[in-house]
Amino acid sequence: MSETEHTSTSYIKHHLQNLQVCSTQEGWQFNTAENPTLCKGNFNTINVDSMFFSLLLGFIFLWMFRRAAKKATIGVPGKFQAFIELVIEFVDTNVKDTFHGKNKLIAPLGLTIFVWVYMMNLMDLIPVDYIPTIAHAIGVPFLKVVPSTDVNVTFAMSISVFILILFYSFKIKGIKGFTKELTLNPFNHWAAIPINIVLEGAALIAKPISLSLRLFGNMYAGELIYILIALMGVYQLPLHFGWSILHLLVTFLQAFIFMMLTIVYLSLAHEDH
Amino acid sequence: MDFNMTLLGQTIAMIVFVWFTMKYIWPHLDAAISERQEKIADGLAAADRSQHDLELAQKKAAETMREAKDKAAELLDQAKKRHAEIVDSAKDDARGEADKIKVGAQAEIEQEVHRAREELRKQVSALAVAGAEKILQRSIDASAHADILDSLVAEL
Repeated sequence: MSETEHTSTSYIKHHLQNLQVCSTQEGWQFNTAENPTLCKGNFNTINVDSMFFSLLLGFIFLWMFRRAAKKATIGVPGKFQAFIELVIEFVDTNVKDTFHGKNKLIAPLGLTIFVWVYMMNLMDLIPVDYIPTIAHAIGVPFLKVVPSTDVNVTFAMSISVFILILFYSFKIKGIKGFTKELTLNPFNHWAAIPINIVLEGAALIAKPISLSLRLFGNMYAGELIYILIALMGVYQLPLHFGWSILHLLVTFLQAFIFMMLTIVYLSLAHEDH
Repeated sequence: MDFNMTLLGQTIAMIVFVWFTMKYIWPHLDAAISERQEKIADGLAAADRSQHDLELAQKKAAETMREAKDKAAELLDQAKKRHAEIVDSAKDDARGEADKIKVGAQAEIEQEVHRAREELRKQVSALAVAGAEKILQRSIDASAHADILDSLVAEL
């Protein structure tokens, strides 16, 4: 009994371990099956699998859309172009519904976030053992194929969005306006300034954290459930199917929410009182 | 939940992706879509316009047709009238001609009658003279009673 428990624990742990490379005293080293936590706590670490898959998916996204953009005709579009335009229209409608200012960045940003996150989430639908098994066969000890289950990936996006929020807040409202917003809201009285700073500061900081943790939490939990289902032997088949149907919705929803909230936050940053 | 340099790598990747999308993808597709929308709007407007034109043309065609019918009916009327006139005048002409012929014939008949009467008168007078001559041959000289005979002839 303890034997199986041990193997399930190690199975789960194995699946949740990134392939990492970090700089140690002996130069750059990969973590190995013998020492999986070699890079734990070391900031000079790169999660090779997250980087590889997210960049791969990102380039597929760019390649697809660039191809459509190059061949874009004003006449009757082909099916591929129609599909790409469908995505563009979807993002554009959402941006136009929410954001009323003039900004050339927000729509492409929304598109990139939406498609990229969606593609990263969709990696979850590949059965959990397929790619790691292949990787194992060629000597790669760990491989997490869903980049959005890596906090680094989700936080990288949300921090970029946060920097944009700050940038536009300062740009549109000015230093004075933005400071006023932080200090004289929600209680417009000089004595309430400390409370206001705490409240507004928390609200501001909560934006990127909630943004990234929501995506990370959903995808991590989803992946974990896939791993648990994979432990169940033959019974995993119907369960896996059911969970995949649900997850199909989750992947889309999370990508959509990430995009939508980015647009909402940026349009809030553009609002000048 | 351990943060590491992947964060930076991902941030750079994201910036590059967004920049690429902003520069090389979004404007092309957006322009294509808006242009097509314009084109479709124009096409629809043109379709509406041509529909309107078609309606006008149909109306015009119907009007022309009606005019043509009216004209044809008018022509037909005129033709009928003319025909009646021609028939009438032909009748008149024929009647006049017939009258003329009749008058000519009557005159000829009268002439003939007159001539026949003259002839008859001459013959009767000659016969009378011959009879009287036969009667008087025995008694009187014809030349002495010629004036009486002439007056008799005139009386016939």
